[in-house]
Amino acid sequence: MKFTKTLAAATALALGLGGAAIAQTKAGFIYVGPPTDFGWSYEHDQGRLAVEEAFGDMVETSFVASVPEGADAERVMTQMALGGADIIFSTSFGYMDPTLNVAAKFPNVKFEHATGYKRADNVSTYSARFYEGRHVIGLIAGRMTETNTVGYIASFPIPEVVRGINAAYLAAKSVNPDVQFKVVWVYTWFDPGKEADAANALIEQGADVIMQHTDSPAAMTIAEEKGIFAFGQASDMMQFGPNARLSSIIDNWAPYYIARVQAVMDGTWESMDTWDGIKPGMVGIGEFSDKIPADVQAEAQAAVDAIVAGTLHPFTGPINKQDGSVWLAAGETADDGTLAGMNFYVEGIEGELPN
Amino acid sequence: MDFSALNPVSLMVSLMIAATPILLAAIGELVVEKSGVLNLGVEGMMIIGAIAGFAISVETGNPWVGMLAAMVAGAVLALIFGFMTQYLMSNQVATGLALTLFGLGMAALLGQSYGGMKPPRTPRLDIPVLSDLPVVGPILFSHDVMIYMSIALVAGVWYFLNRTRGGLVLRAVGENHDAAHSLGYNVVMIRLAAIAFGGACAGLGGAYLSLVRVPQWTEGMTAGAGWIALAIVVFASWKPWRLILGAYLFGGVTILQLNLQAMGIGISAAYLSMTPYLITIIVMVIISADRRRASMNAPASLGRNFHASH
Repeated sequence: MKFTKTLAAATALALGLGGAAIAQTKAGFIYVGPPTDFGWSYEHDQGRLAVEEAFGDMVETSFVASVPEGADAERVMTQMALGGADIIFSTSFGYMDPTLNVAAKFPNVKFEHATGYKRADNVSTYSARFYEGRHVIGLIAGRMTETNTVGYIASFPIPEVVRGINAAYLAAKSVNPDVQFKVVWVYTWFDPGKEADAANALIEQGADVIMQHTDSPAAMTIAEEKGIFAFGQASDMMQFGPNARLSSIIDNWAPYYIARVQAVMDGTWESMDTWDGIKPGMVGIGEFSDKIPADVQAEAQAAVDAIVAGTLHPFTGPINKQDGSVWLAAGETADDGTLAGMNFYVEGIEGELPN
Repeated sequence: MDFSALNPVSLMVSLMIAATPILLAAIGELVVEKSGVLNLGVEGMMIIGAIAGFAISVETGNPWVGMLAAMVAGAVLALIFGFMTQYLMSNQVATGLALTLFGLGMAALLGQSYGGMKPPRTPRLDIPVLSDLPVVGPILFSHDVMIYMSIALVAGVWYFLNRTRGGLVLRAVGENHDAAHSLGYNVVMIRLAAIAFGGACAGLGGAYLSLVRVPQWTEGMTAGAGWIALAIVVFASWKPWRLILGAYLFGGVTILQLNLQAMGIGISAAYLSMTPYLITIIVMVIISADRRRASMNAPASLGRNFHASH
């Protein structure tokens, strides 16, 4: 039954009928990890489920998980497009070029690429201003560390990740001038074993608060075991570290996914770039743990409120680059273009940024 | 550069934890390959072990029952491979690859409801008095039981292969299955037993990952450890003791590079993070350079199917 439906849709597409078919709207998702990673891919899948919930029978969603970045992604998206998908969400940075390639072959299919910067007539990009969340947890980390050492598990040296490190460091430094960041690059989004090893290495090097920019809750598990602190990444991760978890940055893609699928149904879909932060709710800050003293909680909450009110930008000068050259003069805030392509550490972070 | 921040004791402890899943899987595969069978499904058997061990531990509250279940699950999966390659004469390489894919998918399915749970703690073996010794204490006498078991297993395999009649028969089957057959040994049964043993070891390695090293279940969590185990068998040129060297070297470089990064050493992280693989490749090249010796170590019937009528 499903097969014949797919076949009919494919035939309709082949005949040039495209989305005009009476059939329901089809939305496809591809994930870089399993939807059960309780991190990045999990939250995208929650967004997909929210789409199903919102539209019921009018929308059919499907997903392919653990798709490697590169040629495999192109194959999967091509298959989705041939299967009659009307809109495809490709949810990892490394899907950027594959998305563009497939989009060029299927002009009637809409594509949404997360965290990238290349667009086309039928390719939109979207991302969240995670650095706003990094600012908030950076403040907490700066206050909570007793060894003045914050460990940071980084994935790949792309602007998104570098921005997070810088934002967290600046915030931590603003409340704790002695704070030091130790960054470990693991060159993977998802490898629980390696993420756990990295967390252990950081703890051995004196870190007592750990942040991560990888997808699994392994580091949280290790933090819980070793009795130090950590933050939920992409998802709340509370269940992995009831004592260790101080707060979390939670990605909330649901409103955006619903709006974009709606736009396809209404025929109003246009290629655009979305970069939303805490205020529109794309970035959520998880509940503060009661391990955080009340005054620090208040300080963090004030930062959240100020970001929502638009009176606080995490990148406000004076800020120097790592080499000591001036990046932002006093009072100046970073423009989105520079942030989107950020490829340098700010002054004070030790170590060399790999390229 | 201040290397005093590198604590050799804690490095040693970390590297053992990182190396043990690989070591367990590799010792099993070594026995399988010694019997002349190449099973590329190690990754699949490990992940099945990881979820079986995790699920059963959570359900029973007992990590030992979980580990046992992981061994059974790994062995059962391996016997599927055994049935296909030994009775149906399917191609070992293709079947092994299929086993990996099947294992990964099956584990994901079985594990759906186990994400976000905490397994019961695996007890550590803190040997009284001895574990309080400086340096030697933490390195030698204060690990979880599985680390000791993995080393004991390597010793046991070495003894079995080199000092017992059974080991001799197994090696004979791996070197020349026709000759072994003509001497009246049941080639297929011996190989099936080896395959099951390999599966059980891989399953145990997977369970170590999900119960001790990471303690959690996430889909695809083996992330290539099975392939490293396969490489290490070749690296060790099918000799049990060298397996420990290979696994600890790989684990050690992995841990060391992460520590060096955390220390902020001035070497690019990109180079550091490729070192474990680089060193594995370099050693393999060195070993394979002497072609005659390399081929002498490899079981002569490795990967060849056996049929009594041939």
